[in-house]
Amino acid sequence: MAGPTGPLFVARDAYRRRRLADAARLWPLLGLFLFLLPMLWNGLDGRVLQTAYGGLYLFAVWSGLILGAFLLARRLGQGAQHSSAADPSRPEGSGE
Amino acid sequence: MISFNILVAVCLAYVGFLFLIAFWAERRAEEGHGGWLRSPAVYTLSLSIYCTAWTFYGAVGYAARSGLEFVTIYLGPTLVFVGWWWVLRKLVRVGRRERVTSIADLISARYGKSNLLGVLVTLISVTAATPYIALQLQSVTLSFGVFATGAPHGWALPDQGATAFWVAAGLAFFTILFGTRNLDADERHHGIVTAIAFEAVVKLVALLSVGIFVVWGIAGGWTDVLARIQASPIADWPLQPGRWAGLIFVSGAAILTLPRMFQVLVVENVDEAHLATASWAFPLYLMAMSLFVVPIAVVGLQVLPTGSNPDLFVLTLPLAYDRDGLALLAFLGGFSSATSMVIVAAIALATMVSNHIVVPLWLALRRGHAHAAGDVRRLVLRARRLSIAAILALGYVYYRLSGGSSALAAIGLIAFVGVAQVLPAMIGGLFWRGASSVGAGLGLAAGFGVWLYSFFLPSFGAEGLMSAAFLADGPWGVGWLRPQALFGMAGMDPLLHAIFWSLSLNILAFVAGSLLSFPGPVERIQALAFVRVFDGDATARGWARGGVEVEELLALAQGFLGNDEALAFFRAEALRQGKTGFLPEVSTDFIERLERRLAGAVGAATAHAMIAQHAGGTVVSAEELLAVASDAQQIMESSTELRQKSEELSRTARALSEANEKLTALSVQKDAFLSQISHELRTPMTSIRAFSEILAEPDLAAEDRSRFTGVIQTEAVRLTRLLDDLLDLSVLENRKVQLTIRPANLHDLINRALTAASSTRADRNFVIDRDPGAEFLPVLTDADRLVQVFINLISNARKYCDGDRPVLRIVARRKAGRITVDFIDNGIGIPKASRALIFEKFTRMTDTARAGGAGLGLAICREIMANLGGSVAYLPGQGGAAFRVSLPARPLSEPPAEGS
Repeated sequence: MAGPTGPLFVARDAYRRRRLADAARLWPLLGLFLFLLPMLWNGLDGRVLQTAYGGLYLFAVWSGLILGAFLLARRLGQGAQHSSAADPSRPEGSGE
Repeated sequence: MISFNILVAVCLAYVGFLFLIAFWAERRAEEGHGGWLRSPAVYTLSLSIYCTAWTFYGAVGYAARSGLEFVTIYLGPTLVFVGWWWVLRKLVRVGRRERVTSIADLISARYGKSNLLGVLVTLISVTAATPYIALQLQSVTLSFGVFATGAPHGWALPDQGATAFWVAAGLAFFTILFGTRNLDADERHHGIVTAIAFEAVVKLVALLSVGIFVVWGIAGGWTDVLARIQASPIADWPLQPGRWAGLIFVSGAAILTLPRMFQVLVVENVDEAHLATASWAFPLYLMAMSLFVVPIAVVGLQVLPTGSNPDLFVLTLPLAYDRDGLALLAFLGGFSSATSMVIVAAIALATMVSNHIVVPLWLALRRGHAHAAGDVRRLVLRARRLSIAAILALGYVYYRLSGGSSALAAIGLIAFVGVAQVLPAMIGGLFWRGASSVGAGLGLAAGFGVWLYSFFLPSFGAEGLMSAAFLADGPWGVGWLRPQALFGMAGMDPLLHAIFWSLSLNILAFVAGSLLSFPGPVERIQALAFVRVFDGDATARGWARGGVEVEELLALAQGFLGNDEALAFFRAEALRQGKTGFLPEVSTDFIERLERRLAGAVGAATAHAMIAQHAGGTVVSAEELLAVASDAQQIMESSTELRQKSEELSRTARALSEANEKLTALSVQKDAFLSQISHELRTPMTSIRAFSEILAEPDLAAEDRSRFTGVIQTEAVRLTRLLDDLLDLSVLENRKVQLTIRPANLHDLINRALTAASSTRADRNFVIDRDPGAEFLPVLTDADRLVQVFINLISNARKYCDGDRPVLRIVARRKAGRITVDFIDNGIGIPKASRALIFEKFTRMTDTARAGGAGLGLAICREIMANLGGSVAYLPGQGGAAFRVSLPARPLSEPPAEGS
């Protein structure tokens, strides 16, 4: 991309916030990987997947994914509040 | 056993309750205290319209047929929401900034406000939604049927078709009532969203209750359920990798592109921060809805007689154990799922149909009629109502034609693959600047065509629109064109086959078309605005300053937004530019914002066309195009601070130059005033002196004497009145006036003023047009002072309104804690150049003789209103002279301080 690049070094807070955003981007990819994993197990050395255990696995991954999303959203939400307070160029809200 | 009548009564009571909730929420939103109605919880719950009757009943059926595969339908959306930072965040931001009204509007706005694309997306959406709506009608009808047949000596269901018909009609009524109440600038429907959030709770509670009953009531807890699953026909999980991945993908795509999901996700979003909550709360909701699906399916398969419809286990299980209450709750849950989906889908689709098909058609037909906007609002609302009815009718017809036989899951998937065709254009539009309208159009057309041919039309079965021979051998016996085995891909799962070919060809056409075409200027500007939405407001503007009059734009806006909304918007814009009054300067910035605002009502393409008509079609200058192309522009844009500073400077400069203009005019006026006041004082003084000298003559006839005394007296009264006015004004200006605040009825005050002012030019027959009902408003203010203002405005109208049949319209209303009273006559109004001055002292529009006063009236009015904590202002664009008196419903806690 030919877009403008930011400064080379940023403050610790800003750095952490960016890595947090990275984590938020990568988290669903981990989820996708884990959700697709059963495709590889199937038919492995003649085994057939069991609905009961497969279900337990899926719901466990699902819960973990939600928990992670919860923690990330909370941290990101705090960060967003910080940055919006310092950033006057936010688009107009509904108020007049 | 529950009788048919009870069931119908429960349904009606439930719908009545929804009405109440929607009505109440609408009222609260109108009064301006939405409070928790706009909380992230309500937002998340409203998203649950993803879970339709297909989830409520169909998921269990799906699980009973193919085990764990049903869960893919919820895993895709889970991943999309957990990954909100990628797509949803950008989508919502773009949607809010561009005031997008629907998914068709989004695509149309992104690709150069092309209405053709809007039409295409509308077509896809309506086609895909029809079977989906039919599915909801079918599930409600089926669930009615369960209660009918389940009874040993029960009642026979009157007629399935009739049930579906009445459900469809009732839903159309509800949707029209709450979905088209106003053409909200943002297309938000607080009433409906709140009702849907409530329905979300009902269906979740219902499904969880049935699940808990099944796990702990019928089976002996989780371990027993696990054992039962192991022993059931679906103990094995024959995972088909292609379907597994394909379904996760399609459901993830559908949550972004289903028109109803777009409606609640983007259009109804009131705060972007809510998305952060929804990112985990919505997946949690989906997981809770899926938690008991497999247990219910397994236990149903075991307990219920073979051959029972697994799609209805949620209902038949409680009934089999004589749990009528639970069954009723489950029935309501299913009913909720179906109704909420249909309502939102109908609103979303109706918005698309009216904005992209009806209004453009209407505008095209009226092209000859100059550019009078007229009352577009009414047209749009009517079009929307008709569309809602038509969409539900389509769903009903599909239900009757398809006979409602196929399993629920199959129908839902057809719709999913259909709407997923919008995904490449959407994602490409958000992330790739090079994506062009030609590419998007080709991609959408290709995907839509392949989906119709390979999935939608064959879904009607061998007896349906395609014969068995056609399906088996292809058209004219051309084997590689067989609908379900395109290019020789025989033996592939039909669903996977449809997903694969439709999306591959879609993406191929989209990318090729984008790479090879050369987009127009508007499109390139929009591309930048969408792709770089997070880089602040720094996109190049699309409008060159045309020779357009601001009042022309006001008339246009009034046609779309209504008088009040338009005036409020113009006033805010004027304030933003540092100007007072209602008319902002026509800057490119202002036109841009106006266009966006109009787009919120009728969609980007139509708004753009309307503005283009008025701004004279001068869209983008060559320099601006260059600015878009060059990256140097972007470097400049990154220094937002500088831009803001300069904006602020220009705002101040504008305010200063306005003040300067006023000062210059005033200093001229002041000289005029001094000669004026001396003239005003001298004339009566001269005649008093002259006549009193005559009176001093000893030999004067008695009648002459009394006549001269009379003249002296009249002149003295006139003099006193002038001095009184001056004194009054100076007291008011110094804020030293004593106010007697007491409650009064606005209606009485207006009556008083009308009576008092009726003596002004009493010979003229004035028609007073007022709405007494609306005037009964309590005001807490200095009533005498307020009446003084009213009298002044009414007398002015009587004096200056020069229509043949003069009419004075008085409009009173209460809005957002303020009371406004408008006085509107049908004369020629006040010329623009004079408007800034009429409230100044000693300004008179016409000659003194006609005015008959010293020109202090409006100045006094202005000062009185300032003392009362309100204002009086000239209202442009009303077809005559119009003044708005506005005062707070409750007075300021303390009288205004001196010199404030």
